[in-house]
Amino acid sequence: MERVGPMLEISDLHAGVAGNEILRGISLSVGAGEVHAIMGPNGSGKSTLARVLAGHSDYEVTAGSITFDGQDLLELEPEERAWAGVFMAFQYPIEIPGVNNAYFLKAALNAQRKARGEDELDAIEFMRLIKGRIKDLDMDPALLNRPVNEGFSGGEKKRNEILQMAVLSPKLAILDETDSGLDIDALRIVANGVNALRSPDRAIIVVTHYQRLLNYIVPDYVHVLSDGRIVHSGGKELAMELEERGYSWVETDAARPVAAVGA
Amino acid sequence: MSTTETIEALATQEYKHGWSTDIEADTLPKGLNEDIVAEISRRKREPDWLLQWRLQAYRRWLTMTEPTWHNVHYPPIDYQDIIYFAAPKSQKDAPKSLDEVDPELRRTFDKLGIPLDEQKVLAGVAVDAVFDSVSVATTFKEKLAELGIIFCSFSEAVREHPDLVREYLGSVVPYTDNYFAALNSAVFSDGSFCYIPKGVRCPMELSTYFRINAKNTGQFERTLIVAEEGSYVSYLEGCTAPMRDENQLHAAVVELVAHKNATIKYSTVQNWYPGDKDGKGGIYNFVTKRGKCLGDNSKITWTQVETGSSITWKYPGCLLIGDNSVGEFYSVAVTNNMQQADTGTKMVHIGKNTRSTIVSKGISAGRGQNTYRGLVRVNPGAANARNYSQCDSLLIGDKCGAHTMPYIDVRNTSAQVEHEASTSKIGEDQIFYCRQRGIPTEDAVNMIVNGFCKEVFRELPMEFAVEAQKLLSISLEGSVG
Repeated sequence: MERVGPMLEISDLHAGVAGNEILRGISLSVGAGEVHAIMGPNGSGKSTLARVLAGHSDYEVTAGSITFDGQDLLELEPEERAWAGVFMAFQYPIEIPGVNNAYFLKAALNAQRKARGEDELDAIEFMRLIKGRIKDLDMDPALLNRPVNEGFSGGEKKRNEILQMAVLSPKLAILDETDSGLDIDALRIVANGVNALRSPDRAIIVVTHYQRLLNYIVPDYVHVLSDGRIVHSGGKELAMELEERGYSWVETDAARPVAAVGA
Repeated sequence: MSTTETIEALATQEYKHGWSTDIEADTLPKGLNEDIVAEISRRKREPDWLLQWRLQAYRRWLTMTEPTWHNVHYPPIDYQDIIYFAAPKSQKDAPKSLDEVDPELRRTFDKLGIPLDEQKVLAGVAVDAVFDSVSVATTFKEKLAELGIIFCSFSEAVREHPDLVREYLGSVVPYTDNYFAALNSAVFSDGSFCYIPKGVRCPMELSTYFRINAKNTGQFERTLIVAEEGSYVSYLEGCTAPMRDENQLHAAVVELVAHKNATIKYSTVQNWYPGDKDGKGGIYNFVTKRGKCLGDNSKITWTQVETGSSITWKYPGCLLIGDNSVGEFYSVAVTNNMQQADTGTKMVHIGKNTRSTIVSKGISAGRGQNTYRGLVRVNPGAANARNYSQCDSLLIGDKCGAHTMPYIDVRNTSAQVEHEASTSKIGEDQIFYCRQRGIPTEDAVNMIVNGFCKEVFRELPMEFAVEAQKLLSISLEGSVG
């Protein structure tokens, strides 16, 4: 299907929590097939942007707009965004005691399929789907029968997020600091999992503090956030430059306006 | 949506079983005195010993005062403003088979989703249905009879097996036990009786549904289950009631006796009318349930899922008399809107090497108040007794309450007693996580609550675990928005 305009269009987005403005005018276009990295120092608003996209109720959008696939994303409830194809891998995946991990994922998948008017998968079809993904992520299959994220190591939790992403197969995947707390082997596995999902009809936004994840998930565009604004945008080489020079040079450079780049 | 909106949304839900059946009840006048007690006994054509037992209980009751130690609050009950006996009219021509059962009655059960027919055959469930105070239909009796199992209404047991009833009635819960047990002993109308002979494993789940129907009718069931040496039985009791304006008093007594090497599993799913959002109406449920592990190596398991009633007051307990006997208590109690529950268990270790396990899950939503009250007592002779207790509370919203009151009384130094307790709130972050994955709020709450209750649900027979989950989701509908 021919798409008119970018998949995701954020324009002049202002948002905050309890009257405290965190995002101060973000504009960003993300096209299908693209991978965008959002970088920036702590407190710059990276995770806030991810959560606002997912519809977290702690955050209030005070101005601006977000259009996803031609729909006003801000009008949608979090689950409706999920049904529309928005997925966020959590920085701190949530534990749900007593709820079987595979059951949870099947419930999520079938809720999405049902909302889209597709047939729900039965247990056998679901296990067939999930089996290969588990292997790709080098996950212990026993994790499927444990309660959601409960007692998982940091690496297991992050892999579980990527497993959910692989199974739910979103149009737009937002990874919120997925690299935090991962050792280099786990990082590689998670990155491979993400790369396997790169496709011409899917967009990925990688939120990260460090450049190292971007050695494995090579972005098409890099944006630097500072104090709730995108202060610099560029290609993948921008990440390398940040690694060498730190964030201070872009922050001091913040006066220079930067046009949003993208599709 | 905020938690406040959530709680408002929850307040608007209606009780799904709120209708009543138009059957003319054959009732006695309001009030309680010796004449009423005698009339109940006469109508039920009871032998004199039972009448005398009732009268003794009644006289004892007159000397007792209503307990006030519990953490539930309600206006004074006028015991003279209650009808103590009501029987559906059609019962006079006692139906011989299901075909003869009043069609209106059948429809009532159908609405409740109780299939008194082939479906139960396929499900392997025998149903002894209590409609107002008299049993109207008993299935599978013949099949069970082949094994020597007796499963019938209490009234029938009094007529057909008087010696058994006389031997065990009041042997676990004497009429002197407490105020409500004394009242029940005086006026009990009907209930179930179950006897499993030596060495017999009951091949199906035995099930009873109680339903309060006639207006202003207190229900006073009496259940007695006796498991002889080496036998096994699993019993399920499920309850619903139609909507009423006046509060309805319910004071049941359940007695279980497990002989040597016998096992009794007693499961309850209780969904009586909880009252409206302001607490108007609803059932007062004052129940005394106790099991006696009389023989060595005997075992009694209580599993309860309590989602209904405006007041729940019950402490199913075990007297662990036989050496190596085991008592278990698994409980889920839900209080929503203005519901109050004060529930828990009593485990009394008397024999050697006796073990008890207590797992209590309290869920409070709306302005509900949930109290766990439990006693673990280890008597001087109970060498090597072991107890493990776990009491978890889950709060939904910020106007509800959870209270835990464990009493531990250990008089033998070789005993090991463990108690764990936790209180948690359903996190907004848990719900957001589910919603981000595409699971709507209501389903997310159900999933989280079911996860919380998992240890209890897995103790229920499979088909009832499904029912319990449904009830839980009905009673928490709209509790988070």
